[in-house]
Amino acid sequence: MSRVKKILSNYIFLRAVRAILTVFIVATLTFFIIRLMPGNPIEIYIGQLMSQYGMSFQDAKNQAAALFSIDLNAPLSKQYVIYMRNLLRGDFGVSFLSQGTPVALMISAYLPWTIFSVGISILISFTLGITLGMLAAYKRGSIFDHIMSTIAAILSAIPNYLIGILLLIIIGVQLGLIPVSAMRGTVSPGIKPGFTWIFIKDIFSRALLPIMTYVVSTIGGWTLSMKSSTLNTLGEDYVTVAKARGLPESRITFAYVGRNALLPLFTSLTMQMGFLMGGSALIESIFVYKGIGWALGASIAQRDYPVMQAVFLIITIAVIVANFIADLLYSKLDPRIKIGGE
Amino acid sequence: MKSREIVKRIFWEPLVIISRDKAGLIGFIFLLSILLLSFVGPYFVKLDTEVKLDKIYQFPSREHILGTDNQGRDIFSQIVNGGRDVIIVAFLAGLISTLIAVSLGSLSAYAGGFTDTVIMFITEIILTIPQFPLLAVLAAFVRLTNPTMLAFIIGFLGWPALARAIRSQVLSIKERDYIEAARVLDLGRMHIIFSEILPNMLSYIVISLIMAMTGAVYSQVGLIILGLVPFYGHNWGLMIQLAWTRGAIFYKGSIFYILSPIIAIVLFQWSAVTFTRSLEGIFNPRLRAGE
Repeated sequence: MSRVKKILSNYIFLRAVRAILTVFIVATLTFFIIRLMPGNPIEIYIGQLMSQYGMSFQDAKNQAAALFSIDLNAPLSKQYVIYMRNLLRGDFGVSFLSQGTPVALMISAYLPWTIFSVGISILISFTLGITLGMLAAYKRGSIFDHIMSTIAAILSAIPNYLIGILLLIIIGVQLGLIPVSAMRGTVSPGIKPGFTWIFIKDIFSRALLPIMTYVVSTIGGWTLSMKSSTLNTLGEDYVTVAKARGLPESRITFAYVGRNALLPLFTSLTMQMGFLMGGSALIESIFVYKGIGWALGASIAQRDYPVMQAVFLIITIAVIVANFIADLLYSKLDPRIKIGGE
Repeated sequence: MKSREIVKRIFWEPLVIISRDKAGLIGFIFLLSILLLSFVGPYFVKLDTEVKLDKIYQFPSREHILGTDNQGRDIFSQIVNGGRDVIIVAFLAGLISTLIAVSLGSLSAYAGGFTDTVIMFITEIILTIPQFPLLAVLAAFVRLTNPTMLAFIIGFLGWPALARAIRSQVLSIKERDYIEAARVLDLGRMHIIFSEILPNMLSYIVISLIMAMTGAVYSQVGLIILGLVPFYGHNWGLMIQLAWTRGAIFYKGSIFYILSPIIAIVLFQWSAVTFTRSLEGIFNPRLRAGE
């Protein structure tokens, strides 16, 4: 028993080490992009201050140092250590444009909305997709299967931001079902957050178009993967044996076929999370849904480097954490991987 | 394998087999038509750049097959002239990704041990970093002055998933008898990888290249729509970006203006995916069990 436990903790331990190492590498990478790339933001900012406000080099440098919370006079290695220490404390510096606003504060205002909309979307899309995929597999060759598979194939080939624009045009502009420009932002002004019906209704209606976009763009992929995974499972010996044993159809469908067909899809789930979090930069910009993706797009467009750097880092960390959780979940669902490694 | 035989294997045989698969055939025909339209079309249809204020947002007519845009310019001419750059950048980026993926993936699988661990570790890490934000951030720093640069950046970030797939392919081929024989004959690692393993994966590599291209179209058009690709020119992505930033998409009559480039991109992506999916079915008959 203790040996099994050791292996289990080993697997989780390895995953945790990898997650932390990835965060560390990305943070380091960001530091060097900001500091060392030709035309890096600090040099640009110093140049701007000097030319626009007639500041002396020293003054401009001090102001830049304050913005990025980096001591520019220290040797690079020391700057790096300070940068990393600040990150650990959650100190990301101060925004360029809305001066004085700590970047960390901005992120805590944006991030929850992205996690909310992307999380709900994955839940809906995954559930619907695996149901449709299983149905298509069970009724393979039928009209239902053909129509579902064709639609799924088309949907999964369209870039998600184009689906977003299409939804915006069709639902918002041509049919006029949703007042698109009134639906910008994440929550209506004057509505207090809490577990009230008004608040929940409000945040869902505001997130409606982004959620629809994520769901429509990912559901095809889930349907197709679940269909082929189910078909593979249906051919397995244990399913034939279960049928021969005369087990009830529903038990075979859910406990034997469904559970095993689902397993391989979990690995795609982690990929999907990263992809959607990353793609949120476009989707949220299209709908002006003020989550972390919108913040990334806006900060890049305005060259607000401290915000941009922090937002990128946070998106990456969110994805890494999500992956880590998915890994843990997967090891619970499929005990084989704890023993066999990869 | 002789080169003629290789040409026959990757070009002719798939065509013969694909003509039996309906979806694949339609995908192939669409793909070919889009390529023809984008590369040959511009010689016949000149890009309409003349502003005609009396012809704004016209619906399709005999004169303007797809109608006109917010400045009275012919949309069809913009579609014909807008595909080339998108496809070239996608092809270059796909090629770079595939080259890196094939080299690293096969090296990793073939060498095994420590090399394998290191390469796969790097691959996993790059794979975890959300690609689009990284591209967007890089695009803000690197002055993207020309399409080649864009292709290089997209290509250099797009290889990890492919490398992993190639690695597992090589791992399975490695165990086959003829590789064993080559190893016994002591033909050398490079010879075995490049002359024995890779030619047997050519079909798979071609499929990977097309898939990498669709990925590159996604990133590329996404960057253009966000306004992060400053170089000038004319392409489908830019059409969408202009329609979006100038508010044309909020005007009911602009439907043909905004839909045309979207449909062009969607058709390209869909036909490429459908074509490769049926190629996959051909080269990997086990997948066909699912049909």
